[in-house]
Amino acid sequence: MALDPEFLRYPHRRRGMDHDRYEWSQLHEREPVEWPGGARLALWINVCVQFFPLNQRGVPFAAPGGMTMPYPDLRHFSLREYGNRVGIFRLLDAFDRFGLRPSFAVNGAMAERAPYLISVLRERGGEILAHGWDMDSLHHGGLAPEEESELIERSLDSLQKAFGAEHRGWLGPARNESPHTPDLLAERGIHWFADWVNDEMPYRFRTANGDLWAMPLSNELEDRFILMQNLHSEESWVEQVCDACDFLLKEASVASGRILSLNLHPWLMGQPHRIAYLEHALDYITSQPDVWSATPSEILRLCKE
Amino acid sequence: MRRQPKTEQKHTGAMHSDLKLYDYWPYRDRPRIVWPGGARIAFWVAPNIEFYELDPPANPCRKPWPRPYPDVGGYSIRDYGNRVGHERQMRLLDRFGIRGSVSLSAALCEHHPEIVAACAGRDWEFFSHGIYNTRYTYGLSEEQERAMILDAMDTIEKHTGRRPAGYLAPALSHSERTMDLFAEAGGVYTCDLFHDDQPTPVRVRGGQRFISIPYSLEMNDTIAYVVNRIEPRRYGAMLRDNFDRLYAEGESSGTVMCIPTHNYQVSCPHRLHALEQALDYITGHEDVWVTTGREIAEYFLNHYYDAALEDIRRKLEVADGA
Repeated sequence: MALDPEFLRYPHRRRGMDHDRYEWSQLHEREPVEWPGGARLALWINVCVQFFPLNQRGVPFAAPGGMTMPYPDLRHFSLREYGNRVGIFRLLDAFDRFGLRPSFAVNGAMAERAPYLISVLRERGGEILAHGWDMDSLHHGGLAPEEESELIERSLDSLQKAFGAEHRGWLGPARNESPHTPDLLAERGIHWFADWVNDEMPYRFRTANGDLWAMPLSNELEDRFILMQNLHSEESWVEQVCDACDFLLKEASVASGRILSLNLHPWLMGQPHRIAYLEHALDYITSQPDVWSATPSEILRLCKE
Repeated sequence: MRRQPKTEQKHTGAMHSDLKLYDYWPYRDRPRIVWPGGARIAFWVAPNIEFYELDPPANPCRKPWPRPYPDVGGYSIRDYGNRVGHERQMRLLDRFGIRGSVSLSAALCEHHPEIVAACAGRDWEFFSHGIYNTRYTYGLSEEQERAMILDAMDTIEKHTGRRPAGYLAPALSHSERTMDLFAEAGGVYTCDLFHDDQPTPVRVRGGQRFISIPYSLEMNDTIAYVVNRIEPRRYGAMLRDNFDRLYAEGESSGTVMCIPTHNYQVSCPHRLHALEQALDYITGHEDVWVTTGREIAEYFLNHYYDAALEDIRRKLEVADGA
């Protein structure tokens, strides 16, 4: 038995990356970034406002948080809806209490499903990221580029009608991409996206239609990853967030401004038994000196200078 | 997402219930090991510095990525390790005077030579971890596997000035011949076996003096964080517990403790503190030989290998005669 000789050929074995999307660069070698007012740490909180359809096709896979039971999986369907009806209002109250300005990644389908919530978000004036159409409309290689382009168009149009503004940031459902997603996003006027988790600062990402910026939104620290995938306790999530905050503040005092990014899901963190842990974490972070509550576009503007 | 099985196709040739790489050798009453300077435990840290390809050729036995191409999440977190994590971990090891024993994807010498140079400048050890962590041993012919092993050793030697002594097969993927081929290529130790807390002889077809150095799957950060989904502070506590017991037992005969790390796991801002506390604790003890995999292997080969073989033979004879 032997494998095809292709298996011992390495066409991309060369300096830098094995693809052309971005330049190889180590964080510690970059020019320092300064945040306003001498802050050391930019806190970027992003809240996902998501619709998980009951008739999930799961192509090419079911998104994390998606249906797992035979149709109709009302338990998971309604538990995700809980986030948009109940949980998010607990989150909003917590943000107001600590004076924080999160961004919101909104599925296009939510505009029609919850106009009241959209109006609340619009009045708050937080930054809105396009988050695809819904959690069962993944961007993947099985889509023809025209189909995917239509999906992006539909998501952006819905948000533009709902919020009355162009949206320049993108977070893919389940952070999934086809080989063309970055090209299609740039073509449609998206300026930055947050699917890739290879950095802690923004960096330039090449596409066929001009550069995008990749923004760092940690997956390893997000509520879903720690609580739902790893089954860690809420207490541990708080410890991990606080440890990250301490570490980044320390590194920022010798290196460069850093970013603490927290991606949150109201259907998870907005539960009555969890919300206090979010409040503990926010209390800790905001009581540290030199923390700046920032929107992703503000962070990006300073990093591009 | 649903976890997909990693095994797609079963081994096609005959399988064996045991490859007979080592004999049964009970932990008690072995010839006593004393490490240099009278140390009772040999402690080493093995940072895996890996390159995963975005679009590797498909292996018939194992999928490189759980999600369809491009697996942005899986690929990009590993790239994070090299872009962000490596430097943090290296500086932490510097603080404790620890020289890493790098489990190196050889192609990283070409992709990211500055990382290799930074480690080489600190007199770290490099052992082979294959070409890429997305090129598995499964299904390779003997000739192909030999070519892959030699390519990795030659590449590492060319970039670091020293031929690797140790091997951790890429992504822990093996054939029945892996140890034989690595020993024939001039290697002296393997990190692929988890059967012991002390170095042990490993039988290879060429009869070379070849050994296993304890590397530990249980203390491996990726096993702890990804497979066992352990909380960071508990991982730190496990490292200290592991050390305490091996340190105590090392008083009667020297033990080995390894912390295998990955720059995309330990170096995340919410996790590095756990490792820092453990390293502080471990290196704060007397009689700890803070060393490298190669140095442990050489010391064992020079001082204890023959006695070990003799003891193993004697105990097998006693068992046969009983």
